[in-house]
Amino acid sequence: MFKYLKQLTSLVAMVAVLFTFTTETMAAKKSKTLKNTQKKGFVRCGVSQGLPGFSNADAAGNWTGIDVDVCRAVAAAVLGDANKVKFTPLSAKERFTALTSGEIDILSRNTTWTLSRDADIGLTFVGVNFYDGQGFMVRKSSGITSTSQFKDGISACTNIGTTTELNMRDFFNSKGISYEPVAFEKADEVVAAYDAGRCDTYTTDKSGLAAQRTKMSNPDDHIVLPETVSKEPLGPVVRQGDSVWEDIVRWSLNAMIEAEEYGITSANADSMKTSDNPAVKRLVGAEGELGAAFGLDNEWSLRIIKQVGNYGESYKRNIADTGILPDRGPNELWTKGGILYVPPAR
Amino acid sequence: MNLKLQKIVPQLITVLVVVLVFGFFTYNAQINMENRGIDFGYGFLSQESSFDVQFSLIEYDGSHSYFRAYLVGLLNTILVSVIGIIFATILGVIVGVARLSPNYLINQFAAFYVEFFRNIPLLLQIFFWYFAALRALPLPQDADAMLGVFFLTIKGLYVPAFIWENLNVFLYSIIAAIIAIVVIRIHARKVQETQGKQLPVFWISAGLIFILPLLSFLIGGVSLSFEIPKLKQLATTSFIYEGGLSLPPELIALTLSLALYTATFIAECVRAGIQGVGKGQKEAAASIGLNPNQVLKLVVMPQALRIIIPPTTNQYLNLTKNSSLAAAIAYPDLVLVFAGTALMQTGKAIEIVSITMLTYLSLSISISILMNWYNKKIAIKEK
Repeated sequence: MFKYLKQLTSLVAMVAVLFTFTTETMAAKKSKTLKNTQKKGFVRCGVSQGLPGFSNADAAGNWTGIDVDVCRAVAAAVLGDANKVKFTPLSAKERFTALTSGEIDILSRNTTWTLSRDADIGLTFVGVNFYDGQGFMVRKSSGITSTSQFKDGISACTNIGTTTELNMRDFFNSKGISYEPVAFEKADEVVAAYDAGRCDTYTTDKSGLAAQRTKMSNPDDHIVLPETVSKEPLGPVVRQGDSVWEDIVRWSLNAMIEAEEYGITSANADSMKTSDNPAVKRLVGAEGELGAAFGLDNEWSLRIIKQVGNYGESYKRNIADTGILPDRGPNELWTKGGILYVPPAR
Repeated sequence: MNLKLQKIVPQLITVLVVVLVFGFFTYNAQINMENRGIDFGYGFLSQESSFDVQFSLIEYDGSHSYFRAYLVGLLNTILVSVIGIIFATILGVIVGVARLSPNYLINQFAAFYVEFFRNIPLLLQIFFWYFAALRALPLPQDADAMLGVFFLTIKGLYVPAFIWENLNVFLYSIIAAIIAIVVIRIHARKVQETQGKQLPVFWISAGLIFILPLLSFLIGGVSLSFEIPKLKQLATTSFIYEGGLSLPPELIALTLSLALYTATFIAECVRAGIQGVGKGQKEAAASIGLNPNQVLKLVVMPQALRIIIPPTTNQYLNLTKNSSLAAAIAYPDLVLVFAGTALMQTGKAIEIVSITMLTYLSLSISISILMNWYNKKIAIKEK
């Protein structure tokens, strides 16, 4: 009898071990990145070297910006704490290598979604958190008010390794204007060189121009020309080959946008649990089993909304209130005349 | 037999370890790239680059291939290295000799220069010359002409362009002058060896190199005119110069900082070389009746050069490799154009970095070979 009991316990133990083993391998199979992130206890996030409104560190080393908020949202969903993020500042040149080599797990660094980047170099774009377009900045004193006044011999400062370099060529070629491209590795050096008068115009994404203008020695001396010469949908990027992680990042962003659509804010998220709208209840984790699909609990989106806020709050805090781009333009919800439209979370 | 085995086994193990380590990394890289859907290959080199470059020695724009973009970057790297080496050598020799000057002011100034420039990191110096100098330079419309035709502005140095007619006749006259000089030198040496007479070779050579090209102008139909840069208005407050040649400020700042930095090391090599020649050598040379110029030329310098050349070769290599810091100030060298923009646009990190590394390696080895050949040539020839 005793002998059998011993056998039974060992059998139970074996089954238990096997069971935990299988559940763990299931999670591991689902996402190596998720598992590593949970083990490390922080999300590894690649950001810019300082672009106000998108990703910028203050004197104390606290990162803020709408790109930063995407990583914070993922940390809130996966680890339960939006502050558990390790930020790695990257130049435009370094960013993709850092991601594909596994130094970071999310690249949220005002990066343009293009076909060749998505298909060619082992990356997957998961969405758009800012619709942008390339523009030109000039000195007010130059009297230029439109790109149609550009003349042969104009010098243009920009960053290397960006879509900007390619768009710039397309733009000047289509207008038949000869130009001098002056391309720097870091944004700060571009600004310094343009500010010193090395170039007649500074070209990059319009949001970037608006943000960098605040860094000029005298911001009021410069204007951003009204023309937009390209489409620049900016969004977070992950490594190719981990579809669960890809889904987590995609839906963390989507949850923020959908929360704004349904009027769920960081302040009222808890009270929304008793809402009559099932879509709202799903987003705050009071209905459905949405988290299970990517190995998370059911309150993942509630934590995002409570700790980071919805997209509108993030935009207001980082971009509107800082005076960079008070007008949301295309980055308004589709219900309010913008083009922000995300698939439903259900 | 046993001894032989003892010698071979450790070597075999070393080779095996190196091969295994290399194989491990290659295998890993392959697996990782496969997992992330990255293709390996050099086919991209023939694709259209679709980006422009600010400054190029060969014809290039975005419709050319990535390979051509590579050549543009390579030539720009070679350009800045060659100019840098020439200036660093001239300045280094002057400062090195100045440090040995009996004049207190001159040798102290030279010592200060060496200590100051060699103890500040090169990247900082590049930033200083680029950004400080940029801010200090006038805008094109405010620039005063130097010598009436040069304009140094924030957008670069504008110099008159030469416009030649019958340039080939002019070049032939120079070649003819050089051949004549060589013949005269050989003749002068023969005269000295057989009759002990010294011909004024230097003055004859100087005359030839001046008179023959002059004749090509007077009777050869050669003419030279200048195209002087003219100010052109782009907008109310934005101007550039048109016509003539323009040197971008990035090139000037980079060459300046590389030359100033490397010259300090070359100066120390030169000083060491001259001091390394024994005092007795100079006294002996003087005692057989050589004048001070001949002492320097025939006795001191040949011996000093043997000490100077090998460390100076290192400095030339350093300068060439340091030129890759160009990326910081937008000078389109190999690193900025190829390992920067091209890498970003194609995502071919391993391919491009490997090509870039091989290129720098080849450049450095070429300089080494050249300098070793020169070193051998001036080494003591034991008979």
